[in-house]
Amino acid sequence: MFEIFGIPSQALFGQLLIGLINGSFYALLSLGLAVIFGMLNIINFAHGAQYMLAAFAAYILLTTLDIGYWPALIIAPLIVGAFGMVLERTMLQWLYKLDHLYGLLLTFGLALIIEGTARNFYGSAGLPYRVPDSLQGGQNLGFMFLPNYRAWVIVASMIVCFGTWFMIERTRLGAYLRAATENPTLVRAFGINVPRMITLTYGFGVALAALAGVMAAPIYNVSPQMGSELIIVVFAVVVIGGMGSILGAIITGFGLGVIEGLTKVFFPEASSTVIFVIMAIVLLVRPSGLFGRRI
Amino acid sequence: MEQVAEAPLRAAAPARTRSETIAFLIMAAILIIAPFFTYPLFLMQVMCFALFACAFNLLIGYVGLLSFGHALYFGWASYVCAHAAKVWGLTPELAIIAGTLTAAGLGLIAGLLAIRRQGIYFAMITLALAQMMYFFALQAKFTGGEDGIQGVPRGKLFGVFDLGHTMTMYVVVLVIFLGCFLLIHRIINSPFGEVLKAIRENEARAISLGYKTDRYKLMAFVLSATLAGTAGATKAIVLQIASLTDVNWPMSGEVVLMTLVGGLGTIFGPVIGAFVILTMQYKLAPVGEWVLVIQGVIFVACVLLFRRGIVGELARIFKIKL
Repeated sequence: MFEIFGIPSQALFGQLLIGLINGSFYALLSLGLAVIFGMLNIINFAHGAQYMLAAFAAYILLTTLDIGYWPALIIAPLIVGAFGMVLERTMLQWLYKLDHLYGLLLTFGLALIIEGTARNFYGSAGLPYRVPDSLQGGQNLGFMFLPNYRAWVIVASMIVCFGTWFMIERTRLGAYLRAATENPTLVRAFGINVPRMITLTYGFGVALAALAGVMAAPIYNVSPQMGSELIIVVFAVVVIGGMGSILGAIITGFGLGVIEGLTKVFFPEASSTVIFVIMAIVLLVRPSGLFGRRI
Repeated sequence: MEQVAEAPLRAAAPARTRSETIAFLIMAAILIIAPFFTYPLFLMQVMCFALFACAFNLLIGYVGLLSFGHALYFGWASYVCAHAAKVWGLTPELAIIAGTLTAAGLGLIAGLLAIRRQGIYFAMITLALAQMMYFFALQAKFTGGEDGIQGVPRGKLFGVFDLGHTMTMYVVVLVIFLGCFLLIHRIINSPFGEVLKAIRENEARAISLGYKTDRYKLMAFVLSATLAGTAGATKAIVLQIASLTDVNWPMSGEVVLMTLVGGLGTIFGPVIGAFVILTMQYKLAPVGEWVLVIQGVIFVACVLLFRRGIVGELARIFKIKL
């Protein structure tokens, strides 16, 4: 046991770990928002609600059907992603020609519906979700104790984030996607089904949020308001990073999580507001965001 | 927001001011008679929220800026007003002024930050700033945390008129509401208001015509925040409470909903919207959490099917300006 800046290393690294965990979720969610915004020109306010929905899906799968964490990690994002695609086909697709703000208002309404329904059935209290047996326990690293599950969340979300980046920036499918973002009409002229691509993109973005939701379930309690609390912070993250760059969204997400964790150690009162303060500073210094293109 | 705004503007021709005057007189007459038929407390609440929604509409309807954090000004004005009346012992009019000025100051700071980005980012920034101030309200000592500031004295207006009498209070709220409503109407139809509308329609063009649009946007933002503050401060005196509900994000959502239901960019829309939403909340209070779901459904329905809102649709059908 040793001290850094007068703080016991255990506490420092513990908060750093929590910061990285939060950062993983910020990164996954802001990545999803950026992908959706790129294709649909819509800010998905329901993103937090969909994240929460997936946590509940995992909880329900476990309690009623006895389906554990690992299958739920695949099934819940599929269910919630499919639900997202239904929403896109039935509602969102009618808004593309209108002002962007209508998309925000519509998805805000959807978020209220999802959260309200969850509260009706499960109340506001959190429901516990057990860490899967295979990831129980942890490693003693000498300077700190690292729970296995938390290590898994950080590694898994990094892999998913960079996998997404690779798919969008380095594969043929990603090239179509980027082209359709720039000029959908032209891409359609080449015989690519752009509306279907938009639907799949929305489903994919929502599935990313859902994946984060399932991974979050054993760490935080599963509760109806877990999404709305998170999504506002993620909005600030998106404003800081700018939505122009996929890699930017990932780096900003992890970075801000860590900064938030460190604030908890050195200045706990400010830990819930530090991201908003950073947002204000970034707006003053670099209005288009750290990685944003000038708009 | 072009789609919404165009319709009422095109119908603007000759009957324009007359239809507005008649509608205003009808509204004033209803508000004068109504307390004899229904609960004055409910009506006062409606007027406070109607003013809040009108202030919000000044931004979205006439400048095309969607603020998703208007609870910040409403809630903080309400806290400061309640604190001023209860702890400092100020008379209600001074307490309301204190709350209003607080909102103006906060609006200036938030506005300076938010107008640096447009559209969707503007909405996210205002929401994030409001959430930040929500956390401050949660931690600050004087706000009373989860309990809020309760038992705010209504006091005596100018030290003379006892606002403990419901009807006296009602008259005061009515005067504040109608006064601010006329002020907003004046702002919208002033040369300043015309520039705001020009920015909404085509900002690049407004800039090229030599208008410093950022300054106009900031001024509109501060005006909107200030009037939202007046609404919040008045509400604190009327209901004698200031609480976390007033600064939290669902309140910001609620004022968006009221304006959307009534009609974005219509002068009377927010008033009707506030009345409809508050009535719904009272009637549906027994069903608990379903209120949230129903509000969500109304949002979705308004955006998909009913973008002009109630007043916007009426204005279109009767080809008048409201």
